Amino acid sequence: MIRVVLPYHLKNLAHVDGEVELSVPGAATVRSVIDALEVRYPMLRGTIRDHVTRERRPFLRFFVCQEDISLDSPDVPLPEPVVTGAEPFLIIGAIAGG
Amino acid sequence: MAGTGVRVLVGTRKGAFVLTSDGKREKWDVSGPHFGGWEIYHVKGSPADPNRIYASQTSGWFGQIIQRSDDGGKSWYQPGLKPGEPTKSPEGMQIGESNKFVYDTSPGSGKPLTTHQWYDGTQHPWEFKRVWHLEPSLTDPDTVYAGVEDAAIFRTTDGGKNWHELAGLRGHGSGPKWSPGAGGMGLHTILLDPKNPRRMYAAISSAGTFRTDDGGTTWKPINRGLRSQYIPDPNAEVGHCVHRIAMSRSKPDTLFMQKHWDVMRTDDAGESWREVSGNLPTDFGFVVDVHAHEPETIYVVPIKSDSEHYPPDGKLRVYRSRTGGNDWEALTNGLPQRDCYVNVLRDAMTVDTLDPCGIYFGTTGGQVYASSNAGDRWFPIVRDLPPVLSVEVQALA
Repeated sequence: MIRVVLPYHLKNLAHVDGEVELSVPGAATVRSVIDALEVRYPMLRGTIRDHVTRERRPFLRFFVCQEDISLDSPDVPLPEPVVTGAEPFLIIGAIAGG
Repeated sequence: MAGTGVRVLVGTRKGAFVLTSDGKREKWDVSGPHFGGWEIYHVKGSPADPNRIYASQTSGWFGQIIQRSDDGGKSWYQPGLKPGEPTKSPEGMQIGESNKFVYDTSPGSGKPLTTHQWYDGTQHPWEFKRVWHLEPSLTDPDTVYAGVEDAAIFRTTDGGKNWHELAGLRGHGSGPKWSPGAGGMGLHTILLDPKNPRRMYAAISSAGTFRTDDGGTTWKPINRGLRSQYIPDPNAEVGHCVHRIAMSRSKPDTLFMQKHWDVMRTDDAGESWREVSGNLPTDFGFVVDVHAHEPETIYVVPIKSDSEHYPPDGKLRVYRSRTGGNDWEALTNGLPQRDCYVNVLRDAMTVDTLDPCGIYFGTTGGQVYASSNAGDRWFPIVRDLPPVLSVEVQALA
């Protein structure tokens, strides 16, 4: 079970309070985790990845095990602690704007 | 005669607010923020069903969201994702993608337009950024037009679940010449002709005004008579920075325009425009609107200049013309007449249909001012909202 931590505004859109737990079919990667997240919470489609390009939105970052993996290939397998649920998959909004 | 009430819909930099009052428009209730922390570019109700309201919710982080209310703004949901209702068809297909605005580049549309002019003169891909304006149909609550940045017009016919571009606007021929201004290349105004359901108007920052007479399939520029400083060709077909246009409800061939500089009018559905700035202290500004019952009574809020973006002399003054332009009077009763340096943005003025006509506008300082007697006296409904982006009003029967 993958634990996903959403930023505040996406929690509100998805109507969730805490972490989201996802069962991800096949290998756990950034792509498969976001795919599973969007299936469970279709209101998040287009808010993390662009509808057309499927690219990560510029002001969002993905962190696992204290590392920023935003620029890695979305198909790289996630670390074991994330796969086992020991560590969360973090979606972080850039600290920017006014 | 006063109706039973009004509902003012306010979009701000940090959420939406709903202001309600009875027909006297003296005592007000304020609800909100709805969608707190998000930029709400526009909130507008359906003329065919006042309980149906649409909102454009945007964010630099998370992109575009469309929200819909079926109960007059008490509760909201993303179209196609109503709690308790299936989000997929029996075949497993997503029912709606209400925030998916994809430009039509298909050869099948006949308008496979992909680029417009960029600041350096090169061609640049069209990139969807946000919905600036939502214009519900006059007759069908499920049909809504959306003006977006980069400039294009979209339509939904299923209550906001799915949106499709009316590609004839970008594709009519001048699209590659459009280029963004400092505020972005947004399609900010959509006007529906109440007497001719096939006719509508759209206005685009730094491009100009356009009209369709066939329900949105084909469009043409209607900018003859506009003069814009720094445009070498005074008769340029496009390139004029139109800030807002407004329609006389009883004379829909008469339109008024607040251009970047100049207040203009047309009496032939945009075929020709003439200047009516007259004795205004400055003819720069953003808003323009028309009295609901007097087609020659119009309102603007002069702003000092495009370099300063605040009212002249620190005085917030609405100017009213009862002669369709040229002769203007300052309306100041109840408005701050010293040390006021707010702006009034293009979608932030509206009029109700009660009698006497109510006028409403919001400021970048967070005030929403109202007049329940056509502008003779003003009062703040609320003073300390986030910067106001848009103001609309519904008269409730």
